[in-house]
Amino acid sequence: MSHPKSVHPHNAEARLEMLTVINRAIAGAAPVEKPAYPRPQPLSAAEREEQFRDRILDYRAHYTRVPLAELPQAIAASLGRAQRVLVPAGIPADWLPAGLEQLRDEPPLSHAQLDRAEAVVTGCAVAVSETGTICLDHGAEQGRRALSLIPDLHVCVVRENQIVQTVRGAVERLGLAVRAGRPLTWLSGGSATSDIELVRVEGVHGPRALHVIVIAE
Amino acid sequence: MSGLHPKAPFPKAAEASVNQPQLRANLRKVTHTIRAKRAAVVAELPYWEQLRQLGAATKDDSLVNLSDRLLELERNVQARGGQVHWARDAAEAREIVARIALAHGERELIKVKSITSDEIELNQALEEHGIHAIETDLAELIVQLSHDTPSHILVPAIHRNRAEIQALFNAELPGEGGLSDNPQDLAAAARRYLRHKFLTTRMAVSGANFAVAETGTVCVVESEGNGRMCLTLPEVLVSIMGIEKVLDTWEDIAVFMETLPRSSTAERMNPYNSFWSGVTEGDGPQEFHLILLDNGRTHVLADEFGRQTLRCIRCSACLNVCPVYERAGGHAYGSVYPGPIGSILTPQLLGMHDKNANSLPFASSLCGACYEVCPVEINIPQVLIYLRNEGNAHKGPNAESLAMGAARVAMSEGWRWEGALRLARLGQGPLVRQGEISWLPGMLAGWTEVRDLPALPREGFREWWKAREGSRTVDANTQAGPPDIVQDAQNRESPPANVQEGGHPPAGQHGQEGEDHA
Repeated sequence: MSHPKSVHPHNAEARLEMLTVINRAIAGAAPVEKPAYPRPQPLSAAEREEQFRDRILDYRAHYTRVPLAELPQAIAASLGRAQRVLVPAGIPADWLPAGLEQLRDEPPLSHAQLDRAEAVVTGCAVAVSETGTICLDHGAEQGRRALSLIPDLHVCVVRENQIVQTVRGAVERLGLAVRAGRPLTWLSGGSATSDIELVRVEGVHGPRALHVIVIAE
Repeated sequence: MSGLHPKAPFPKAAEASVNQPQLRANLRKVTHTIRAKRAAVVAELPYWEQLRQLGAATKDDSLVNLSDRLLELERNVQARGGQVHWARDAAEAREIVARIALAHGERELIKVKSITSDEIELNQALEEHGIHAIETDLAELIVQLSHDTPSHILVPAIHRNRAEIQALFNAELPGEGGLSDNPQDLAAAARRYLRHKFLTTRMAVSGANFAVAETGTVCVVESEGNGRMCLTLPEVLVSIMGIEKVLDTWEDIAVFMETLPRSSTAERMNPYNSFWSGVTEGDGPQEFHLILLDNGRTHVLADEFGRQTLRCIRCSACLNVCPVYERAGGHAYGSVYPGPIGSILTPQLLGMHDKNANSLPFASSLCGACYEVCPVEINIPQVLIYLRNEGNAHKGPNAESLAMGAARVAMSEGWRWEGALRLARLGQGPLVRQGEISWLPGMLAGWTEVRDLPALPREGFREWWKAREGSRTVDANTQAGPPDIVQDAQNRESPPANVQEGGHPPAGQHGQEGEDHA
């Protein structure tokens, strides 16, 4: 594929005109004072974990909480009979069940190869208890975006200290990754649609099943 | 032209839909269901009002600094390997997308649901260049396959029921034919059809919910995963965003990630949110174009009062609470932006010159429910009134201004008012049917087109009062003065208890007082 770098000549003209019109439109506008961000009553770590669990189950995703030592068994249980499990490069070896048929993205797999994977195991960057949201910043434990998108089953491991209470808290934690230019994906339950007569259907294009495993600390 | 231009004035356009019982039943179910769910998830956040204020201020801050923000966004998208295009109008934006597709020799592209792309009528324009755009959102796919237009911002195919969708998919989706009307089966058929397209199509087009100037980040929120597919798998990505979508810093995103899902799908969070900044090496499209679209937005920005309209984050909460939308449906608004927000956004984007669009600010009972639910505090009722005035000012002298002028003269003196009433009572004779006037002639017809007018009573208050005073003069024993209830009120600091509580004194009591005076 070619990469057309030249910008169309009309573009400079459109840009100049738009900026001129905008400047005229906002000339003399008073600066805006932003109020402080409201903060809720803080929850304890145990309450956060409980709230997170409640939200994940409300999205009809699976939820398990295990000590690190039992993580391989928990992952094995979530994977069930899934073959060809995608494992990002940064997943710690002691997370994985013995004898797992791993599919590595090195060298990068084609879309067609990814489509033959049945499951993926990832970590996450941060999670939000108030909304049951898991945020990926596609670091080494999560892999590039396509890995957690194409397989039908996503097993996502969350460390307890990654769970924050609020959306605002998660946004603050993600600041470094975004400023480093990393893409983000936020997951709240599995893919869903209510487009036909408002009947909720789970599992449209994204992974149809989401299993969340929290490592107890 | 663009997807903004209504083909008829609102009352005429609404006529068809209000007379379809099935459509009205669907709309009622949808709006009431989402409305109740929204109220429940909003109630979970005790500081919701503060979030609304913060959202409004965050948007206002970006709007009054818009040129700086856009330049910063441009700089940061380019610094991360993206290309930025500026489009003054729909035609320029369409041309940019077509040019990119043609430069790559693409004849087919996949699309994430985007109202902005509907606003610029992108799909039709691409077809003219021989490029087929495949809608990948389930509802948008339904709308596209049935050559229809969306009727709701969030659930575009809400005017279609499952039997219609079953017939459509069985006829139009390759390899199907035996689908049931179960939504699960229908969604699965869409998945089968689109899976191959996602994996093989090399170019995608999306809109944008937000963009962050500081980091050059663009955000798309969605539910089905079709957005993630389009934003991740193709080699070339083109995102079209209205210039008002830009925010200052990354942290500004937070408030909208709290208020948008709860206001829109009535969820604590929608299933998927994607954020990306330009091009990421080895992850996702390696060529990214961002189109900054004006198409009338600077018109709206230039109006200090109307400017708040540009805060809109397209959540559709105002549609779901609107008594007019619930009855008329989205198509009656004739624009890609329906409902209360459409009633103020469409005419302003078109610059208040479009005769049909200018009927939209009148499509409201001004009940104010839209303002109450708006997550960015757009005072829609006030903007509606403001636009009605603007619209009337453009018209020059008309029936309404003449009538108001005549009323001013008639009401300036008591004798004029009484004379005018006597004349009107004579004049209304032939128009009254069962105590109501349903048709007025000539320039007055506009009033009765959409409402009945009660006939004037046989006796007005002034005449009743005069007659009563006259009878008093004859009966010298009765002292002339206001009725007891008025005197009572004058002697108390607060209104009498019966007025305060119920608004009206009990009927019997009222009658009694009248008899005392007679």
